[in-house]
Amino acid sequence: MQVYDMPDERGHFGPYGGVFVAETLIEALEELRVMYERYRHDPEFLAEFAYDLKHFVGRPSPIYYAQRLSEKIGGARIYFKREDLNHTGAHKVNNTVGQALLAKRMGKPRVIAETGAGQHGVATATIAARLGLECVVYMGSEDVKRQAPNVYRMKLLGATVVPVESGSKTLKDALNEAMRDWVTNVADTFYIIGTVAGPHPYPMMVRDFQSVIGIEAKQQMQEMIGRQPDAVIACVGGGSNAMGIFYPYIDEESVKLIGVEAAGYGIETGKHAAPLTANSPVGVLHGNRTYLMQDKNGQIVETHSVSAGLDYPGVGPEHAWLKDIHRAEYVAVTDDEAMNAFHTMCRTEGIIPALESSHAIAYAMKLAATMSPEKVLLVNLSGRGDKDINTVARLSGIEL
Amino acid sequence: MSRIQSTFAALAQQKKKALIPYITAGDPHPKHTVNLMHALVDSGANMIELGIPFSDPMADGPVIQRASERALAHHVGLSDVLQMVRTFREKDTMTPVILMGYANPVEAMGIENFADQAKTAGVDGVLTVDYPPEECGEFVALLKSRELDPIFLLSPTTEASRIDTIVQQASGFVYYVSLKGVTGSQNLDIAQVTERLLGIRGKTSLPIGVGFGVRDAETARQVAEIADAIVVGSRMVQEIENSSEQELLGNLAALTSELRAAIDSN
Repeated sequence: MQVYDMPDERGHFGPYGGVFVAETLIEALEELRVMYERYRHDPEFLAEFAYDLKHFVGRPSPIYYAQRLSEKIGGARIYFKREDLNHTGAHKVNNTVGQALLAKRMGKPRVIAETGAGQHGVATATIAARLGLECVVYMGSEDVKRQAPNVYRMKLLGATVVPVESGSKTLKDALNEAMRDWVTNVADTFYIIGTVAGPHPYPMMVRDFQSVIGIEAKQQMQEMIGRQPDAVIACVGGGSNAMGIFYPYIDEESVKLIGVEAAGYGIETGKHAAPLTANSPVGVLHGNRTYLMQDKNGQIVETHSVSAGLDYPGVGPEHAWLKDIHRAEYVAVTDDEAMNAFHTMCRTEGIIPALESSHAIAYAMKLAATMSPEKVLLVNLSGRGDKDINTVARLSGIEL
Repeated sequence: MSRIQSTFAALAQQKKKALIPYITAGDPHPKHTVNLMHALVDSGANMIELGIPFSDPMADGPVIQRASERALAHHVGLSDVLQMVRTFREKDTMTPVILMGYANPVEAMGIENFADQAKTAGVDGVLTVDYPPEECGEFVALLKSRELDPIFLLSPTTEASRIDTIVQQASGFVYYVSLKGVTGSQNLDIAQVTERLLGIRGKTSLPIGVGFGVRDAETARQVAEIADAIVVGSRMVQEIENSSEQELLGNLAALTSELRAAIDSN
């Protein structure tokens, strides 16, 4: 039975979420809200979405028992939901397929997106090419430099990549710039937000599109081990892969939900990207109210994580709510712990995980060590790490 | 009657329109802001819109973004902005001051604390860009109980039923965003603005200010034919950006005088 029912009709998850945008965007969001309400339960739309997830993305993604890793740790058994095996290499594509199909139904010939590490940008450019939509991706100029292969990937797929020079020149500034584009070109443009943040209906819509991860996992775990895991673990930047796997488990109270944020150089240094774990003050940014890393004047501060995909000062409003009602627990692991998990995963399981996902793996390894082998942990392996090999090499003092 | 209301009333009697220049507090340096405000008033401004610097000004174009960055380089926070208004009030008790900014700095101060401090500093109106009326009922009540005017935006895409909701909460005046876009975008389409303003006037007796696309004196003159107030933001900030410290007050005064003359020439 479905007990949990969030958000309310204006997008509030308790005190979080909502619609905090200038009047110039209200009508566009209202149009999107109405259209999404029309299609979210429409059998034809859902069938089209399911078709593309199966034939274009390659779903369902398997669940994999990491036997060597589990035995090496000698505690709980660790299973991975293999989102890294999706087309384009991460969970991001589930959502871009859903939103691009919606754009098409709304008659919008142009899609825009923001991207940090480039995964969401690549996933958007990919589906835009598949559907014949014009695609513009905003990316902080710092990230353009750091993520050159993904920039080229987007260009190969026919997208225009616009480097953003304002502010900290990273993900949050790319998001600002995409919003500015949208407000200017609202008549013909659909804004594909990549995470469970932004104004309503984005946090709900992105969660819904990503919840295919958890829906599959529940069925697969039942088939594989005859029961559900003791805990589900996922990394949290904005929080879309975590919401995707958590959401179908929210009413399964015996399953612990654990979100792993980026502690960067350590929470105590202030150089991190873990607003939930650090109990940052609540504030308003990018259209929603949530926990937010800011200074005493309410200015958003620069964050740090080795993983560009987690390097964001806020977090999706539903995670803020799940923290407050104690349905999910949020922890953080440092750059070093994530790097260590990355290398262990490569050598023990033959899987190169994304640095984002390596945060979830790092925490799972710590937790598993405290548990008996009868216990089961399910980790969302949200993406593959091919994109990160330059970063890893650099941190290891190796020139590629 | 609030200072904003009495200013509009007095201008209406003289058959004049309000000129509202915008500057960002602390741009290019906090030491200039109060002097700039006085210079704007001396050269023809009827009210001042003072921007609260913010790290992520989503509704603003590149010109005003850079103004925020210059102010933030000097760590200008909301309490500094309020101190500037307090200092301005030592010499000017007549000219309304409207704060324009984003929700987060206000929430960081605490909305009730902000309302109290804004009142004692001598602020008259508050425009919080990313607080649509549905999300700021409590804040609006706090402002109104202190006789501060909540200013709201109306946009070219705001539907008729929504205009009703907004004008019920607004006081002082309503601010019509003249184009689809961010501040400082292309020139506005005067015919379109004229038509939209007629629609708004059918729903409220509040004065209407027009801004976001007033780039030069001629546009200001055209807007003055149909609006009660003309807000000029990016053009003012551009002048600040292009002026040396020595030229700053003179250039801003000259630009304001030019806009004043154009508006009064109708």
